[in-house]
Amino acid sequence: METTDLVGLSGLRLIIPELTVICIALILLLLELIVKKKEVMAAVGIAGTLVALYGTFKLFGINGPGQAFANMFVLDGYANFFKLIFYVNVILTMCISLKYMAVEKASYGEYYALLLFSTSGMMIMASAADLIVLYLGLELMALSTYILAGLMRKQLRSNEAALKYFFLGAFSSAFLLYGISLTYGLTGTTNLKEIAASLQALNIADSPIVFLGLIFLIVSFGFKIALVPFHMWAPDVYEGAPTSITAFMSVGPKAAGFAVLGRVLFEAFGSMHVQWNAVLIPLAVITMAAGSVIALAQSNIKRMLAYSSIAHAGYMLLGIIAGTPGGLTSTVNYLMIYTFMNIGAFAVIIMLRREGFQGESIDDYMGLAKGHPLAAALMLIFMFSLTGIPPTAGFIGKFYVFMEAINSGHTNLAIIAVIFSVISAFFYLRIVMYMYMKDPKEDVVLTTSYSMNFALAITAVMVLVIGVFPSLLLDLVRVSIPG
Amino acid sequence: MTIQQAFFSYFAGAIVALSLLVVTRKNPVHSVLWMLLLFVHIASLYLFLNAEFLAAIQIIIYAGAILVLFLFVIMLLNLRKEETEKRFQGQWPFGLAIGVVLAVFVVLIVGKIGVLPELGQYSVEAVKSEGHIMTVGKVLYTEFLLPFEIASVILLVAIVGAVVLAKRSLE
Repeated sequence: METTDLVGLSGLRLIIPELTVICIALILLLLELIVKKKEVMAAVGIAGTLVALYGTFKLFGINGPGQAFANMFVLDGYANFFKLIFYVNVILTMCISLKYMAVEKASYGEYYALLLFSTSGMMIMASAADLIVLYLGLELMALSTYILAGLMRKQLRSNEAALKYFFLGAFSSAFLLYGISLTYGLTGTTNLKEIAASLQALNIADSPIVFLGLIFLIVSFGFKIALVPFHMWAPDVYEGAPTSITAFMSVGPKAAGFAVLGRVLFEAFGSMHVQWNAVLIPLAVITMAAGSVIALAQSNIKRMLAYSSIAHAGYMLLGIIAGTPGGLTSTVNYLMIYTFMNIGAFAVIIMLRREGFQGESIDDYMGLAKGHPLAAALMLIFMFSLTGIPPTAGFIGKFYVFMEAINSGHTNLAIIAVIFSVISAFFYLRIVMYMYMKDPKEDVVLTTSYSMNFALAITAVMVLVIGVFPSLLLDLVRVSIPG
Repeated sequence: MTIQQAFFSYFAGAIVALSLLVVTRKNPVHSVLWMLLLFVHIASLYLFLNAEFLAAIQIIIYAGAILVLFLFVIMLLNLRKEETEKRFQGQWPFGLAIGVVLAVFVVLIVGKIGVLPELGQYSVEAVKSEGHIMTVGKVLYTEFLLPFEIASVILLVAIVGAVVLAKRSLE
């Protein structure tokens, strides 16, 4: 045996983006000792992420060169596109958190390092070609996020959020490990491609115990993407965590969850499409229903957006249910759009927060358009986009997902999705109505900064540009996921 | 019933019984001590699978290191109040029902496993000829190098998190 390939060091080249992100996180941990200005730390973090972004796309091209580390790590268009979502997510989060974490008096340097550690975990998940790597990536992502959720140490609800997230996350990890062990026991491998081959060779794709393993895997991913009935943690955690972290984890872990769900179902269990649809279709229906209906009753906007993010997970699931490369494309497309509109909405919420004023109640938005027409207009764009009203990007995202569902013969499901989409318009447009048609209760002073303005500009422009020229994004996704 | 089956039945049954004891005891110290016994039983199951190294690791790391830490933490906290309160919340029958249904489901379909996959390259004989520690070490640092390194990052994050969340005063 040659020593070089035994260890697989040649694969190091493929994990350069991950290594970059982890190295920058380590540098940030040390940098905090000498640099007191958090702006510098955020700048270093953003610069590092941009280097990783450059690495992902310039070094490997959009479709990536393949596998490494004994086929445990795969770099393909699918992984690269998800990494793009994670980069955008972490950069925008850093931009919106600078002032906010200072207002919350929780401005620690570790915050930025943990954001990057969490992102590196998501990147490993997106590139995992083996269930072991997938599990470790998931734990790396989750552990960092639990800490971030509890970062406002003096606030009870932040402690509650971290603890709840941690316990339910550990619970879902147990499901994942059960699923992995059942699958491993039956197929003799943890490699996704080999699982598919083994299922075929042993002809056990219709065995109930393989199905049980698959159900366990879906349940654990369902926890991460907050599908009903595995969503119990989401509202409390989203409400209690620092708002910037709520924005971060309503996008990142959800996208990472979809990345592994899509890869595991399509690559390993592709032959069991009928079986996984038997689980996913009911889950999608109750997720859309519960998310849209319970959101109507919320008076805290962070809680409302938590339920909205649950409902959106239901819509995104339609693309996976379609079970075609086109369906997967539509889901990934939706996730990218969702990243921009959701972080944008949270950015506006963060602007309302200032010393001694929470700005989280829906009533706080009364008459916002009178005092701050620009902020209200931005919120209007994001709310329209979350509802799915053209010409915003949200419409495009929903349109393609529903279309793929219909193309694959799930017309009923698409109709149900449209109905709940209409119901969800009520609570999104209620915010718009409050902003434009009510009189302000008290003067709202916005907390702004250059980085915040930058994030708002990027998200709003992207929501509108993708809404008007959907092919810009869709072509990129189609190249990444060849069908 | 052969003697192996008898031994296995004892250990399997004891593991279930001990797990129940761990979750039902009121005194957390008792729970941890039952858990110690549970880990020893699990280690014996590894011995049945010809995995002596894993059995030793199970005892040293879980029973030796992790449980001692558990005990430290529990003794540092004042849990007098915990002992007087109810062990479970009101919805426990619901959880129990789901657990029972799942258990019945598993038992029903476990018998239906038809074909088993072929044995891989690490059969009992292969491992015996090379030695357990050597086999595990070789696999860990070649095939599983990447997961091994990811695990080290996870541990680092855990340390950072413990410091950030538990340090007495920041800034």
